[in-house]
Amino acid sequence: MATAALLQDARRWTVLTLVVLILGAGWTFLSRVPPAVTTGGAPPANASPREGFSAPDFTLDLLGGGQVTLSELRGKVVVVNLWASWCPPCRAEMPAIEKVYRANKDRGLEVLAVNSTVQDSEADAAAFVQDFGLTFPIPLDRMGAVSNRYLLRALPSTYFIDRRGVIRTVVIGGPMSEAVIQSKVEDLLEEAP
Amino acid sequence: MFPFIRVGPFLLQLPGLALLAGIWIGSSLAEKEAARLKLNVAAVYNLIFFGLIAGVVGARLAYAARYLSAYLANPLGLLALTPATLSPNAGLVIGLAVAALFGWRKKLPLRPTLDALAPGLAAFMVTLGVAHIMSGDAFGAPAQLPWSIYLWDDYRHPSQIYETIAALVVFAVAWKRPLGQPGAGSNFLLVVALSVAARVLLEAFRGDSVIWPGGFRAAQVVGLLVLAAVLWLTKAWSQPAAPGPLFGEESLNTEAHQ
Repeated sequence: MATAALLQDARRWTVLTLVVLILGAGWTFLSRVPPAVTTGGAPPANASPREGFSAPDFTLDLLGGGQVTLSELRGKVVVVNLWASWCPPCRAEMPAIEKVYRANKDRGLEVLAVNSTVQDSEADAAAFVQDFGLTFPIPLDRMGAVSNRYLLRALPSTYFIDRRGVIRTVVIGGPMSEAVIQSKVEDLLEEAP
Repeated sequence: MFPFIRVGPFLLQLPGLALLAGIWIGSSLAEKEAARLKLNVAAVYNLIFFGLIAGVVGARLAYAARYLSAYLANPLGLLALTPATLSPNAGLVIGLAVAALFGWRKKLPLRPTLDALAPGLAAFMVTLGVAHIMSGDAFGAPAQLPWSIYLWDDYRHPSQIYETIAALVVFAVAWKRPLGQPGAGSNFLLVVALSVAARVLLEAFRGDSVIWPGGFRAAQVVGLLVLAAVLWLTKAWSQPAAPGPLFGEESLNTEAHQ
């Protein structure tokens, strides 16, 4: 075969190797990019619910009164957890989230446990919060806007957001253990504000 | 992109299923190729199996070691199903090391074993592309082209489709074994060389590249170095007086047919 014959000719193989490597080096040089063009560099301007992108902003009413806007928490590490009271893995992981929140609140951790109220009820959500003694804010996604913006496909879904507002880890499904949650916030809390 | 489907109480991660299918297809092809090359089929299968298990366990343990206090306080976290708590690079190194150790202990000949793995590896790369299509990972750079796809809030190169097509081409070439010399390791090197060349080419259209100083894409630079090494090795292994197998002295084994 032609390819096999090529291997037997040292000179032709050397030429082929050089041509391939020179073309590759040229292509690599031509396809250089400014760092901000990819998510490996600076945070991208556009928001999307995945690692490396800015977290889509939202403003929601809180259970018990008041409002919260995600972008106003810039400078803190934020865990956005989407849940519903009827969802077993949500029930299983919420005590672990509460424990990690209490342990790290003073280091700059904030938790927004967004209740998917569009598929739950405020009364059930309130009972859930009382049962588990949750101390972090509970935004209510009454119209499903956050669920849509975050492309929610399964409950629970959790987004770990750094101090710059960039999503660093997405965990779909659950339940997450305390070790998983603590390991995910640890590096983010270590980063300078 | 449909990364998850819910079946009753279970949340099925489709990209994960695609990768599992890739492992199954790849293992089956490797077994067939091992039989064709008259290798010990069971040993080749076990090499893949133990390498994969070691890779997954190693990836989890390496991740836990980074956050030791959290996992010492909550050791059951080691059993979490989430892939977000794996260290992929550590898992790759540990998996390869265990597979190499297993091959050495079973005296599997290096080059024929690598050739046996070649079509399976090429098939797995196809399913990796399919998994990326499903998950939206390995996404493309923003681009306004007739064939752009809308993904992650922008029109982008369909880099996952490029990747899958390239992997299919590599698989088709690997299947034909154009370099001849079955069992000489050349088919494996061809799969690696073509896969790396495709990555160097297609990385230019990616939107998630890691950038090194000067704006160079890390995957392209590393890919070029690997490509140079593979091309050199391909020539070196094509020589008649090539060095003996590294795994062991047993060149071919008829045990598989007993």
